[in-house]
Amino acid sequence: MKIKFTFWKAVFLLIVAAGAYGTFVRFFRGLGASTNLSDQFPWGIWIGFDVLCGVMLAAGGFTLTAAVHILNIQRLKPIVRPTILTAFLGYVLVSVALLFDLGRPYNIWHPLIMRNPHSVMFEVAYCVMLYTTVLALEFSPIVLERFNLQKPLKVVKAVLIPLVLLGVILSTLHQSSLGTLYLIMPTKLHPFWYTPLLPVFFFLSAIAVGLAMTIFESSMSSKHFGRELELPILQELGRVLLVVLTVYAILRFEDLLHRGVFHQLLVAGYERNLFLLEIVLALVLPLTLLAIPKIRQSAGGLYLAAVSVVLGFITNRLNVSITGMETAAGLHYVPKWTEIAITGAIIAVGFALFALAVNYLPIFPEHREAAGPEAPVAAKAAVLSHAGD
Amino acid sequence: MSKALLYDATLCIDCKQCEAACADQNKLPYDDNIAKEERQSEHKFTAVLSKNDKYMRRLCMNCQEPACVSVCPVAALRKTSEGPVIYEANRCMGCRYCMAACPFGVPKYEWSSLNPKVRKCTMCPDRVLAGRQTACAENCPTGATKFGDRDELINEARKRIQDNPANYIHHIYGVEEVGGTSVLLLSGVPFEEFGYRTDFPRDPLPLRTYQVLSKIPDFIPLGFVTLGGIWWITHRREAVAAAEGRQAHQAGKELK
Repeated sequence: MKIKFTFWKAVFLLIVAAGAYGTFVRFFRGLGASTNLSDQFPWGIWIGFDVLCGVMLAAGGFTLTAAVHILNIQRLKPIVRPTILTAFLGYVLVSVALLFDLGRPYNIWHPLIMRNPHSVMFEVAYCVMLYTTVLALEFSPIVLERFNLQKPLKVVKAVLIPLVLLGVILSTLHQSSLGTLYLIMPTKLHPFWYTPLLPVFFFLSAIAVGLAMTIFESSMSSKHFGRELELPILQELGRVLLVVLTVYAILRFEDLLHRGVFHQLLVAGYERNLFLLEIVLALVLPLTLLAIPKIRQSAGGLYLAAVSVVLGFITNRLNVSITGMETAAGLHYVPKWTEIAITGAIIAVGFALFALAVNYLPIFPEHREAAGPEAPVAAKAAVLSHAGD
Repeated sequence: MSKALLYDATLCIDCKQCEAACADQNKLPYDDNIAKEERQSEHKFTAVLSKNDKYMRRLCMNCQEPACVSVCPVAALRKTSEGPVIYEANRCMGCRYCMAACPFGVPKYEWSSLNPKVRKCTMCPDRVLAGRQTACAENCPTGATKFGDRDELINEARKRIQDNPANYIHHIYGVEEVGGTSVLLLSGVPFEEFGYRTDFPRDPLPLRTYQVLSKIPDFIPLGFVTLGGIWWITHRREAVAAAEGRQAHQAGKELK
């Protein structure tokens, strides 16, 4: 097989090389040399982005399986497989990212035998571990089909519904628990973000982002894998997204009102600006776009709204984990280049694995007959072009 | 009976004997340069701060209901009934949630190590569990740091404020802050001057996460039943529609 050297492949290799060097620094020089973390600021982008955003961006998995298998909305079926693939890759990469962040990564298995049920982190660890297993099983039919292994395929299909139920429950638990993590920090987290409703907000926004990511992905893969856009399906997702965002917006507004935080918006400042950015990207812009039927039904409008929701809630997670912590810590945290390089490399590898899976496994409906090793390599490079997003 | 330390800043003379004793007890380096460092770090578990001839100690507060203990996923941190909050390094996986959760910013990390540990004052557990006092209290020449039963120390602190109301801020820091701590502080100047925040909630911080976590055991069966119910209804609807369609089809045939 001839490998063509394209621009995006070069960018991909560059990102991975930088990440490889960062990995060396991390594991041979320690966290101090590879990060800008400190005693005052013990959690940086590896927690704020890789873990919090990573898990949130993978929420399409449980949202879509619930819609198709539990709510029985069969129209959405064609996009379940790419969504499960994304979710599975997402959780695997979150686990890899954790190995970088943990001071003693070789002890990552300790929660299995050393329990503290009062710890939110313990609960998150268990849910993520179990849910990654569930996702692997939900993903397995795709691999089993590819190699025509009928017997195990039958077994997995027989337990699919209980698996889906378990997956939805585990997701509800840990998506919200990532918000619960911060409930113990009322003295540190800025009042824009500290609220007893954090778990509710984290859960609702995970559903919104799950839907938005599915729209985003379908639009992307229709472009790069030369597939037809499933516009009616995306329109349906857009409608649900509008409802979820509206519920979230009302709750968020009520919460801010009841806690008397609005007057703080009058004071100019770093936190206020990032708070406003989050609200505009996550709520104002997409709600406006989706509320207008003409825009909601167009491929371009849906895409724009979805991207805005994703960026808005990434801002939200970074605000909770980083912006909102800085005043209490008395410092301004900027990640070191090695932190960014490793995060970038993990994302790039994620995109590459997605492209590989699409090329070699029956992920998209029309590929299910014709999946073969001669699938276009260019598609992979094209997807990689978004590795830096 | 829970033990505690009472530090009375008005008796402190900044001799730093507590720092030296602490370093010795915990096998940490100590010299003139380290003595000058006015903050806790991975090599200095207690520090005497000075400001305009007023002094204040900083050390782990060894909370009654510690946030660090509640958040540790592997139970590497533990509150003993005697008072000390202890740390078992070989359980730790280095998630640093304890550092993020501690309202006092006490736990420090060995950032340059490849096998890093969380470091903090653990209130000399070996000594306290053997019925002795902490190294810092034993070596304090003026009685500024005093070791004893928590309840008795609180009474004594109250009496000191009563007997000398002009000398003290009328507040014993640590009686109620975040549910109470095993280190109690008296001071002649506002505690904020030395970075002790007085706006902390009175309820223990772990309550806030426990209120959510304690619902999980109920949530799981409820979730299964609800979701399973929805699944049954949506699929039953389909089966009924199919059956009715067949009947309608047959009825149509009979009419012909």
